[in-house]
Amino acid sequence: MNPFRYVRVESPSAAMTAVATEPQARFVAGGTSIVDLMKIYVESPPLLIDINALPLAAIERRGDRIECGALARLSDVARHADVRAFLPFVASALEQSASPQLRNMATIGGNLLQRTRCPYFRDVATPCNKRVPGSGCAALEGENRRHAVLGTSERCIAVHPSDLAVALTALDATIHVAGTGGNREGAVRDLYRLPGDAPHVETTLENGELIAGVALPLLPYGTRSAYVKARDRAEYDFALASAAVAVDVREGIVAHARVALGGIATIPWCSAEAERELTGAAPERAAFVRAAEAALAGARSFGSNGFKIPLAKATLVRALELATA
Amino acid sequence: MSRPLAGAPLDRVEGPAKVTGQALYTADYDRDALAAVVVTSTIASGRIVAIDDECARGSAGVVEVMTHRNAPRVEARKASQHGSHLFLLQDTNVEFDGQPVAVAIAQTFEQATHAAALVRLEYRAQRPEMDLAAAPRFVPQEIFGEPADGRRGDPAAALAAAPVRIDRTYRTPTEHHNPLESHATIARWDGDRLTLVDSSQWAFGVRDRIAAIFGLPASGVRVIVPYVGGGFGSKGQPWSHVALAAMAAKLVGRPVKLVVTRPQMFAWIGHRPQTEQRIALGAERDGRLVSVVHDVLSETSVSDEYVEPCGVFSRDLYRVPNYAMSHALARLHIAKPTFARGPGESTGSFAMESAMDELAYELGMDPLELRLRNFSERDPYSGKPYTSNHLRECYELGAQRFGWERRNPQPRSTRNGATSIGLGMAAASRGTFRSEARVRIAMHEDGTVVLQSGTIEMGCGSPTVYAQLAAEILEIPFERVRFEFGDTELPYAPLAAGSQTSGSVGSAVVVASRRLRDELSSRGGRVPSGGIALDVTEGPGDEEERFAMQTFGAQFAEVEVDCDLGAVRVTRFVGAFDCGRILNAKTARSQLLGGIVWGISMALFEKTRYDLRTGRITNANLAEYLVPTNADVPVPEIVVLENDDVHVNPAGVKGIGEIAITGVAAAVANAVYHATGVRVRELPIVAESLLD
Repeated sequence: MNPFRYVRVESPSAAMTAVATEPQARFVAGGTSIVDLMKIYVESPPLLIDINALPLAAIERRGDRIECGALARLSDVARHADVRAFLPFVASALEQSASPQLRNMATIGGNLLQRTRCPYFRDVATPCNKRVPGSGCAALEGENRRHAVLGTSERCIAVHPSDLAVALTALDATIHVAGTGGNREGAVRDLYRLPGDAPHVETTLENGELIAGVALPLLPYGTRSAYVKARDRAEYDFALASAAVAVDVREGIVAHARVALGGIATIPWCSAEAERELTGAAPERAAFVRAAEAALAGARSFGSNGFKIPLAKATLVRALELATA
Repeated sequence: MSRPLAGAPLDRVEGPAKVTGQALYTADYDRDALAAVVVTSTIASGRIVAIDDECARGSAGVVEVMTHRNAPRVEARKASQHGSHLFLLQDTNVEFDGQPVAVAIAQTFEQATHAAALVRLEYRAQRPEMDLAAAPRFVPQEIFGEPADGRRGDPAAALAAAPVRIDRTYRTPTEHHNPLESHATIARWDGDRLTLVDSSQWAFGVRDRIAAIFGLPASGVRVIVPYVGGGFGSKGQPWSHVALAAMAAKLVGRPVKLVVTRPQMFAWIGHRPQTEQRIALGAERDGRLVSVVHDVLSETSVSDEYVEPCGVFSRDLYRVPNYAMSHALARLHIAKPTFARGPGESTGSFAMESAMDELAYELGMDPLELRLRNFSERDPYSGKPYTSNHLRECYELGAQRFGWERRNPQPRSTRNGATSIGLGMAAASRGTFRSEARVRIAMHEDGTVVLQSGTIEMGCGSPTVYAQLAAEILEIPFERVRFEFGDTELPYAPLAAGSQTSGSVGSAVVVASRRLRDELSSRGGRVPSGGIALDVTEGPGDEEERFAMQTFGAQFAEVEVDCDLGAVRVTRFVGAFDCGRILNAKTARSQLLGGIVWGISMALFEKTRYDLRTGRITNANLAEYLVPTNADVPVPEIVVLENDDVHVNPAGVKGIGEIAITGVAAAVANAVYHATGVRVRELPIVAESLLD
């Protein structure tokens, strides 16, 4: 990795001061992603701002939401009693993420900002519009078995790798953002940007902004939910396709549905089409299949990843079956 | 001793040292050595036209940057057809992506790593040939001293006349060994004498090749091999980095340590080549094979010929009057392929044993019954009797443990919702051989014994099992025997590969121990003052002329397939093996278990994925080159047929290193067919294999 400066900050304001002095700085918490990327020269920040000492690790229930500090570790959130009781699909998404060792280190704030595993993004010897704007996309006609079928552009087909972000997209969770200009709130659904013409701009965070926490609303039907993850091996693997769903069934009819897909799109993929298809329908396989068809209607194969389209449909159907069983 | 020592499931003697981190591996030695890190090419075909190492040289801690401009002149070319061309910075040619093109040498590993990243190369690149199907093919002269083609009878005519025929093509991908301990070398020159500490399967092979590279006598090079954290064939020969470490040490005049990084474990240290195999079977309606044709195409590199000997598996197993095998090679811009656990058998058995399953369905016959009907009492290739053959008992005992008779042969017959259970089986078979090995045995006045051999320990249990063998023969407690290994200053031992070590070194230990016992007994059982020492050389006798020597096994797999998601899990596995005598039931079980786990990995996970436009590997890490986690494998049940083989060698062992991986992928694929009705003829079996 390139030489860099390192500073450990004790307060959010100190973090803001530090980042204001060096716009190219990166925050480091669990270090499971940024350090890895620095070792392979994909990231070369001149300054690392260690935020582990900030008081942002608490997980607590406040009224109709669970507030998680950004520094809460994945494993802590996954085993929190209220998360398990009210939002089991969020716990499930976390438990199917990475490995136990990584979950003990990785933070939920960092996980939401995890970078893609696209092999070309991670290989500085190859072109990648996300890493070097304008250099081209090697994945379009390259080894793209794991790449996206939804939300793609001619410049980028890299998959967003997070499981948590898919569950939080279905949940419509809120992030607390600290910035040099003050604090703000925003929806997780609004955090991610489609690659479009600028795949290097991945989120709506302004330079220097820091995710300080995540608010998980206690969705009334949050227990009628599922997170299903299809992957090559049983543990410690990124999703080939995943689905986070929650379904509110009243008197034999779907009153509300939440559907998000992962592993197949450039961003955590909220499927309003599937939600529309389900709402008002009887919670039966036929409706689930229609929802899956609707969710993948705009999907496009790039060669080796065409199997993800039927796989994503099957994954969504399975999740809906489990949630309504 | 009242109980037989050899065979006893003793704990490995170095176990506590290994699990507490006390055992030293190559990279743990010489903490003061300079660190060397290899810079690799980022094109697969072309020439280097410029190197800018100024930044690298100016980087902190850097001592030297070695490129083709300043590298010591050495002999990089292979001396024989079986050697490997090495990439030692002697010219500007690039033949594969990941080829060594420079070496950064610095005070610390981190500094050298950074300096390596700062070396800028400019290339004149050509489009590499990466397409196995399109590349020009040629027929190799031989495969490891045997003809590359083989034929008996008239296979084409017999096939054409056969009432039942199967003619299919099977594919296996490029796979990398990935032992957990990456390759590493430490080089130190004392004048013209070179000492290497190296992670290797063969200290003497390293010595001889490195001596030739530097124009030294063999006596000018000493190679020390500490504990090795797995090799599986990838450490069977000194690859480029071993010589590069010695060259770097010479260039800077100081000891240098070179550790291969995990991504580089996919670069120049060998791999299992991809294969395309056509199998044609002709049979009578009662299942008797009348013709087998096995045509093999595999990849090799630009400068070398490595043949994956898949045909040997089908050649040596079934009683069939008409048989032909052929091997062809396609040159691609890849690193040289090499032996990987069960070379030929692991890949060849996938094709042959899948085809046998297809034939069984074509005949409406139980797959196990089909194999029994084609059991060969003698080696079908040479016509010789076997030193021992308990394949029938493997079938029988394995099937019993597995509950094969409860299987409903109908595909998709055990289905519950989206979940379908399938049962499949395959035969395993592999030739065994041994090479000359020397052993020194010494008994001290206090009755303790030191056994010495230059062989290595890579997890198989050498220090334990040879002490067991000697203790049994000398009738002394096991704890009084110490085994010293891993040094070319010790007596000669052959390459630790091909499942030959226990047959080779073990036989020398047996002969040496018997001689020492006889010597002691002629002295009335008293150890003379100053102790007593014997040197023994033991090599192959006439057994190969008189007998066919073969290990056998039967593999049984149960899979659970989620048919909607195309997800396959192996839920039960039984392997039954005939390996001759077992020297230590515990270390043997571990080795057999490891073979089965790797076979499951072959079946479901492993594939090195190249970008076919550039020849660059896209999954050169253990996050995306998948190997199984504990959740992916059941605890396989191992059945070992304990049979002393009195003909094969003095130790009576037939070797256990490779038989257990053989047939596993086919057993899994056959079980997947039974579960789903989908025949997968290309590994690995992944979601897209089963989804439309």
